[in-house]
Amino acid sequence: MDKMRRTVIGAGGAGLLASSLPAGMAFAQGAPVKIGMSMPQTGGLGAGGQAALIGLRMWVDDINAKGGLLGRKVEFIVYDDQSNGANTPGIYTKLIDVDKVDLLIAPYATNPTAPIMPMVKERGLLLMGNFSFQVNAKVHHDMWFNNAPWGDAKNWSEGFLEAGKKAGAKSIAIFAADAEFQQNLANGCREVVKQTGWNVVYDQNYPGNNTDFSSIIRAVRAAKPEAVFVACYPNEAVAIMRSVNEIGLGSQVQIFGGGMVGLQFGPVMQGLGSLLNGVVNYNSYVPGMKYPGIEDFFKRYSERAIAAKVDPLGFYLPPYNYAIGQMIEQAVNGTKSLDHKKLADYLRKNEMKTIVGPISFDKNGERAKPALVQAQFRNIKDGDYEQFKSPGKQVVIWPASEKQGDVITPFDKARKAT
Amino acid sequence: MFSVDLIFEAVLFGILLGCFYAAVSLGLSVAFGLLDVPYVAHPALLILGSYFTFVLSQTGIDPIVCGVLLMPIFFLIGIGFYRFYYETFEKRSSDTGVRGLAFFFGMSFIIEVCLILVFGVDQRTVVASYIGSSLEIGDYRFPYRMLVAFGIALALTVALTLYFSKTFNGRAIKAVGQDEGALRLMGANPVKIKQLAFGIATAVNALAGAMLIIVGPVEPAMDRIYIGRTFCVVVLAGLGSMSGTLVAGLVLGIAESIVMMTFGASWAPAVSFGLLLLMLGVRPQGLFGR
Repeated sequence: MDKMRRTVIGAGGAGLLASSLPAGMAFAQGAPVKIGMSMPQTGGLGAGGQAALIGLRMWVDDINAKGGLLGRKVEFIVYDDQSNGANTPGIYTKLIDVDKVDLLIAPYATNPTAPIMPMVKERGLLLMGNFSFQVNAKVHHDMWFNNAPWGDAKNWSEGFLEAGKKAGAKSIAIFAADAEFQQNLANGCREVVKQTGWNVVYDQNYPGNNTDFSSIIRAVRAAKPEAVFVACYPNEAVAIMRSVNEIGLGSQVQIFGGGMVGLQFGPVMQGLGSLLNGVVNYNSYVPGMKYPGIEDFFKRYSERAIAAKVDPLGFYLPPYNYAIGQMIEQAVNGTKSLDHKKLADYLRKNEMKTIVGPISFDKNGERAKPALVQAQFRNIKDGDYEQFKSPGKQVVIWPASEKQGDVITPFDKARKAT
Repeated sequence: MFSVDLIFEAVLFGILLGCFYAAVSLGLSVAFGLLDVPYVAHPALLILGSYFTFVLSQTGIDPIVCGVLLMPIFFLIGIGFYRFYYETFEKRSSDTGVRGLAFFFGMSFIIEVCLILVFGVDQRTVVASYIGSSLEIGDYRFPYRMLVAFGIALALTVALTLYFSKTFNGRAIKAVGQDEGALRLMGANPVKIKQLAFGIATAVNALAGAMLIIVGPVEPAMDRIYIGRTFCVVVLAGLGSMSGTLVAGLVLGIAESIVMMTFGASWAPAVSFGLLLLMLGVRPQGLFGR
């Protein structure tokens, strides 16, 4: 009797639960598909990481609303790596051995990702890359697929240096943080500079915990370069721009910027305001670039970001993180499997359709057709957040396929241009 | 590269940078230098001061005025911290150093997490007429924000030096670190004196925190950057010396500035801690220690 009552109550409860779920979720059954990752949610990369996480959570919600993967609900497990690469091997070991996740996504950025590459290769696991740079260049893991729009090291500086060359620059100053990502970027720039025959008049690194850049900018100014290439992370970007404004670089500088992470983030852009004018810097998306579905994404993202006190613009990382989910979805649906080798094979051979455009991969798991742009900040006013949503505030100057205008040089003139 | 002009400029800027280092270390010089309390939550309170300044400055008040207005609140926070530390560790007397270290580390993590929960992880900055522009003298340019830091450091050092040498409570604070028993014989209550000193050390953080957010943007985890540097300045100075803290800050600032402008910024931290090791080897009591 008791057993029958429990069965009836159980069946009734399950029915009630099923009827309360959205239509698409009702057929999700079996153990959930666990997708795990670490994400910098605090520390220097925390601002970008939290915004990126919203993009991924949006995909998780969307896929679960559609019934999950292979008819199973998607469970998303994420830990904070505190922007510290030393934490990521331990976190990913836990994800694999304790949480027993089905699929892995890499943390945002190069420095937290690089330490886990040998481990995922050794274990033969698929890893969806997340805006890291050249972490697979030496590891050669054949199950690595990076969502980032850039190609090799040269890809970052080609457009920047091309614009400088057109302006007649023949000498360059390079300064970069002492960290994996920034050094890779600077090395790419050095390589291109070598080919162009420019004179390198200043080439220095700085420690990641540097708080004031006045001394460095003074040294750069004393070297009288015609182009200044900077590779930095968000924490340093604001301090560098302030020092550039205070100390000045000299009227001979034609072009400034290149590889500054941070100038893509809403709060940083708002904080710097007019100090951004004239800077030419890399980007993954600027208003005016057309991708199917991206405007709807930003509309939904913005609502969630405001509630979470995160960058409400979210141009840089969030759509690319949503795209990671879209690629997983297509690979799993295409192979009807969670087998890492089959998924990797599918990702290698097929072009993925995402909200940041079609993505296909080369043999190293990087973008076969890089989509990185160099854009110049123009007409930026102080204290106006909304202005960054409009086209024309960041004008794409490279590549030709995305070009929205010509670069304004020299740097001093570009800063005053309206 | 090694022109006289550049070195001269490096020294001038090093003085400004050094005063900034001194100003963020003064509170620690009181708590750790004079009272021998392992106040590792000091940089976290600096960041807290910066965030409170950020909030207050949204009303249109100048960030420096915000820092001054926040000093009484931080004074009370400091008293609360010491009271808790005293009741929990010092009163029970055993292992105060190690336990105190754990306690203040814990406090700094709690402050950091609270800041993340309330403000998020984005960098915060303030707006003032003296931020982002510079004073031009010939070919030299001096950022006004660093000149402000210079002024605050000098004002705080002079005020604290006068207080510790000219007032009864100030002299009592200097005495309590040396001989509590003797102080008790003079009719002063060592616990209350330490409580007062801790309040002052923390109140100084409010103004130093305001200066920090004037000098550059802050984020909740930034305290970790300043733990090493502030302890370095205090030890280099000779524990508890206010004027020594200013001089140590200047030595560090000038050395870092010259190295950054000439040999490269990567060497700067090595120079700071190299100087500290040299000092510990040659003169363990520090520049102004007895």
